[in-house]
Amino acid sequence: MKKGPSLFNVVSVTLGFAFLYLPIILLVIYSFNSGRNVAIWAGWSTKWYVAMVQNQQLLDAAWVTLRVGLLSATVATVLGTMAALTLVRHGRFMGRTLFSGMVYAPLVMPEVITGLSLLLLFVAINFDRGFWTVTIAHITFSLCFVAVVVQSRLVTFDRSMEEAAMDLGCPPFKTFFVITLPIILPAIIAGWMLAFTLSLDDLVIASFTTGPGATTLPMRIYSAVRLGVTPEINAVSTVLIAVVTVGVVAASLITKRQEAERQRAERLAGAAP
Amino acid sequence: MTAPNAKPLIKSKFFVVFVPYLWLFLFFLAPFLIVLKISLSQTAIAMPPYLPTFDFSEGIGAAFSELKELSLDNYAFLFSDSLYIKSYLSSLQIALISTALLLAIGYPIAYGMARSPKAWRPTLVMLVILPFWTSFLIRVYAWIGILSREGLLNTFLVWTGLIDTPLTILSTNIAVYIGIVYSYLPFMVLPLYAALEKMDESLLEAASDLGCPPLKTFWVVTFPLSLPGVVAGCFLVFIPAVGEFVIPDLLGGSSTLMIGKTLWAEFFSNRDWPLASSVAVILLMILVIPIVFFQNAQQRQQERDS
Repeated sequence: MKKGPSLFNVVSVTLGFAFLYLPIILLVIYSFNSGRNVAIWAGWSTKWYVAMVQNQQLLDAAWVTLRVGLLSATVATVLGTMAALTLVRHGRFMGRTLFSGMVYAPLVMPEVITGLSLLLLFVAINFDRGFWTVTIAHITFSLCFVAVVVQSRLVTFDRSMEEAAMDLGCPPFKTFFVITLPIILPAIIAGWMLAFTLSLDDLVIASFTTGPGATTLPMRIYSAVRLGVTPEINAVSTVLIAVVTVGVVAASLITKRQEAERQRAERLAGAAP
Repeated sequence: MTAPNAKPLIKSKFFVVFVPYLWLFLFFLAPFLIVLKISLSQTAIAMPPYLPTFDFSEGIGAAFSELKELSLDNYAFLFSDSLYIKSYLSSLQIALISTALLLAIGYPIAYGMARSPKAWRPTLVMLVILPFWTSFLIRVYAWIGILSREGLLNTFLVWTGLIDTPLTILSTNIAVYIGIVYSYLPFMVLPLYAALEKMDESLLEAASDLGCPPLKTFWVVTFPLSLPGVVAGCFLVFIPAVGEFVIPDLLGGSSTLMIGKTLWAEFFSNRDWPLASSVAVILLMILVIPIVFFQNAQQRQQERDS
């Protein structure tokens, strides 16, 4: 049997990654273009970043997006973790099928339907649309993503540690916070980050559920993009890409190190007489 | 477990189940019922722009009599105007072709990743996930600059001498396909990779020892074993692609008919909320079969894992 990747595998993976990354790289490079035309390179410049920082509308929208993202991701993480615990730990209960349906369906639900239905709910109950409606909408769809991420960690969870703690007289509530939570924490952090980026990213659902004074960054970008490509939007995009990339890479490095430390601790514990 | 522990456990258990349940019920399920109700209402020049509104403050009796005002007119209109039927069909067609393209492009990538040295795999997986974390809107936007008439692709092709006049790609369905394939590729690659990575390589060795040619081994052994990944990937891209709005709106042209775009226009431009609701109800009815299928597959997967 041949060892190592074949030429076909190397080529397909390389082409695949080139396809995934080339558009993003081009976008980043052209955000430093000093000319207005997107296809003609006119030399390096950071003037579009200066223009971006001076654009008050853009900054306001970024502030709204940040607040919605932080709040919705945090609430969605709490609710999503609870939903994951329910799905993994509770065998049969009344309405389980309905519950798992409500957790999985939003993952694939077209955004236009989710957005429209939430808006019509807010109108029907006469809820003033704005910051809070966007936040509620974002909590609703991102909690399902958190649930799936946390659930995949819970499924491989070794329950003997919890049982040991409870056998030693630790109350269930404390057991959860001392044993269970630290072990599933990487998944919860990943879930939070996913919820945050989903919120940061969402255009369709926010457009439906927003009201006056709560224009989010994707909505601003969208209305600018409809008029064509501008280097200023490239600059905003580059900043967003940089923030997300740094966040994701840092988080994955931290979890990797924690995992390595945990494994070392387990080895040490195993080696002890 | 000792008796004093049992009681708070039950209470916290109830709390853990109840809170997300109630949240999803209020903000996911209940809104659909409202959409259904409004799809049976009439358009009105008012706020909210539909009738009847079921104002329960006027008493249950008044609300009940308004029930008679509900009608199927919107649905009748949907089926009488070819625009909507064409939108649904063309959405399904675009989603189907995109799914096939994604499978054809995603499979070799996932396969190559699963056969790469073990030490590389986590990095490769992260490289697939990373674009998914960066804004969807921005990734679609990046293609406008590439595909437009004066864009980077045309500039490059003219420069190399392959073409003389710039190609029109932006504002056509081709651009929509490129956009969907590009944006949804991680959703296809990851489940495929997960299925292929789990595969026992000794099966391939056994097949080749018994004289099975590599290509046949692929179709007889590898592909059937990766089928759960294929199914998951296809559903994960097909269902959202049918209702896609951003990609056809930004990359497609005026001739690109997709139901997400039609619904958006009906809602924001024409302000016909009841009609937009009935468009959504029909879309949901089309998608309910694949959604239920996807959900069952997810649940089976979860039960297998645990």
